[in-house]
Amino acid sequence: MFEGVPLSWFLILSTIMFFVGVYGFLVRKNLITILMSIELILNSVCINFVAFNKILYPEHMEGMFFTIFIIAVAAAEASVAIAIIINIYRRIASIDVEKMDKMKY
Amino acid sequence: MFSYTIWIVLIPLFVFLLIGFWGHKFKPVVSGIVGSAGLFTAWILSIFTAYIYFFDVGKVDDVYQQIIGYNVLWLRFTDTLQIDLGVLIDPISVMMLIVVTTVSLMAHIYSTGYLKGEKGFQRYYACLSLFTFSMLGLVVATNIFQMYIFWELVGVSSYLLIGFYYERPSAVAASKKAFIVTRFADLGFLIGILLLSYYTGTFDFLTLTSPTGPAIGTPPAATFIGMSVLTWAMILIFMGGAGKSAMFPLHIWLPDAMEGPTPVSALIHAATMVVAGVFLVARLFPIYITVPIALQLVAWVGAFSSLFAAIIACTQHDIKRVLAYSTMSQIGYMMCALGVSGMGGHEGLGYMASMFHLFTHAFFKALLFLCAGAIIHAVHSNYMYDMGGLRKNLPITHITFLIACLAIAGIPPFAGFFSKDEILVAAYHHDTALFIIEYVVAGLTAFYMFRLYFGIFWGKKQDYQHTPHEAPKSMTIPLIFLALGAMFAGFVPFSKLVTSDRQLFEIHTEWIIAIPSIVIAIVGIGVAWVMYIKPTDIPQKVAHSLHGFYRAAYHKFYVDELYLFITKKIIFNHISKPVAWFDRHIVDGSMNGISFVTNQASDKIKGFQSGQLQQYAMVFVSGAVILALIFIYLWT
Repeated sequence: MFEGVPLSWFLILSTIMFFVGVYGFLVRKNLITILMSIELILNSVCINFVAFNKILYPEHMEGMFFTIFIIAVAAAEASVAIAIIINIYRRIASIDVEKMDKMKY
Repeated sequence: MFSYTIWIVLIPLFVFLLIGFWGHKFKPVVSGIVGSAGLFTAWILSIFTAYIYFFDVGKVDDVYQQIIGYNVLWLRFTDTLQIDLGVLIDPISVMMLIVVTTVSLMAHIYSTGYLKGEKGFQRYYACLSLFTFSMLGLVVATNIFQMYIFWELVGVSSYLLIGFYYERPSAVAASKKAFIVTRFADLGFLIGILLLSYYTGTFDFLTLTSPTGPAIGTPPAATFIGMSVLTWAMILIFMGGAGKSAMFPLHIWLPDAMEGPTPVSALIHAATMVVAGVFLVARLFPIYITVPIALQLVAWVGAFSSLFAAIIACTQHDIKRVLAYSTMSQIGYMMCALGVSGMGGHEGLGYMASMFHLFTHAFFKALLFLCAGAIIHAVHSNYMYDMGGLRKNLPITHITFLIACLAIAGIPPFAGFFSKDEILVAAYHHDTALFIIEYVVAGLTAFYMFRLYFGIFWGKKQDYQHTPHEAPKSMTIPLIFLALGAMFAGFVPFSKLVTSDRQLFEIHTEWIIAIPSIVIAIVGIGVAWVMYIKPTDIPQKVAHSLHGFYRAAYHKFYVDELYLFITKKIIFNHISKPVAWFDRHIVDGSMNGISFVTNQASDKIKGFQSGQLQQYAMVFVSGAVILALIFIYLWT
């Protein structure tokens, strides 16, 4: 299906996704959006794994498995994160990341 | 053979622990009985020890042996530096065992009556047992370090007992004063011990006093400011002894120590603890004899203190203070006797006389104090002018007090005559000036004791609030026992028991000295008779004619004021205050400066911990990027 697509294209795609995620993480104020940015970062890593696995070591399956793992962990992480966000919302009636500075000094 | 003697020391310790921990769970009287019973056992053991030591196994070829009855290695630092605890049995320690346990037993029994119903009865008995333990440990010490340990322990127990009535500010002040003054003297003692042990390499008394030992056989050659180091060590050790024995100028605590209960004054501040200084000098006497300067100092300090205290005693009105100054005066006698003594045979007469006087003095001075306690118990006042004509009301106290007065005045055949006579003989053969001082003091002693006697038991009858009555049996029995001691202790042949080189020698009464000493005692008594048998105005006239001198003596020659001046005005203002300033501003200041700088710096940088999640992430990402750039472009 992707025969002939060079490795560097995948890497460029994943790099773009990664930095989009980092950018979103750094500048968005909404916790949900920040969570989504983290998902972007994770998925960029997944693309890397799958691409390296498919092109460099087609006879092995570790890259695929790691990707599956990451998707599972990301699902668990998202559920925990959303639970935390709901609790935060209940407490301070906001999901603005700048308002959560209770744990400073 | 003598290994059981450790129990003489340990029984009072166990009694102390028993009463101290569990005494308050029982009735007060239980503590009194337990304390007295424990001490009675120790007393029996001491008598037994004395009997078998002096009459059975102690003597080999007419020389009393020094026997280590019990020894245990207590602290071991290196092979050469180790500290033992043990029991040394020799004539003076056996004699002291008798003195301490006897007087302590009497004080224990007496206190059951004297302190009946007082608050803190159990505490009192616990402290009394602690004191007895410490004092016994002191006298049987095998080495100078053990002596120092117990020396401090008797100081502590004395402090606790002087401050027994701790609600009274005067008692608190007196106990502090006693502790601090003796502690100051003990500083000298400790330095002396360290000097002595450093240069001789041993703590052990037997090695130190052996004629071929490192102190006497091969004395250290080092000198300091023109005197040998041994002289310095012995002078400093004497300083400790002088502090404990209330010798001038470290005597100021003793009169104030009379704030304690009277049996405590009798036991600690008359018969046992205050003679520890004499005992110390006697214990190290073979070394003192090799350093004449130190021995000379002992003699003159003793003689001066005895005269000084005797003069003050003539002017005081508080009967316990009179007795306190009298104690100081008598201890001065003992010190002086040691100072004029030589070594061996008849030369060592002063040593024997000193120990003899210590022995007899313990009986009659404890008796005087216990009588004073009975009088205070009956009259509820310490002051002579509140008393008078008590001889009908207190017949037993009257007779025993009279016996004690005759004994201390040196009237034969009472105990004091024999020992005082030996001291005077020893002084006469050594130094005429010392003899004259001691001779005058003998007269003064007779005068002030009979001033007290006539003033209390004769003279004008006072209007007492209720008729004074004789003390209960628990108090009169010790009085009678000690009175027997004061009558017959003089017949103990001390020259055959306790001598400087532990060999026997013959003494004979030198009537050329004995008769004048009896005469001056009778003159002293006669003067007291004329002045105090009836209320007359002679005392006022005499006081008036000696105006300035009397006032000075009445105010104890202003020694206390001098001390206060030195400590408050000079030491506090010119040393303590600058030191305190240095401590507050330099030492504390530098510490405060460090903490201030840290505090300020952390205040400045705490803004980094903003709590802003994205700020942290930004820093983290920037760091990661910078690291990545470094890896890419600068890594070679």
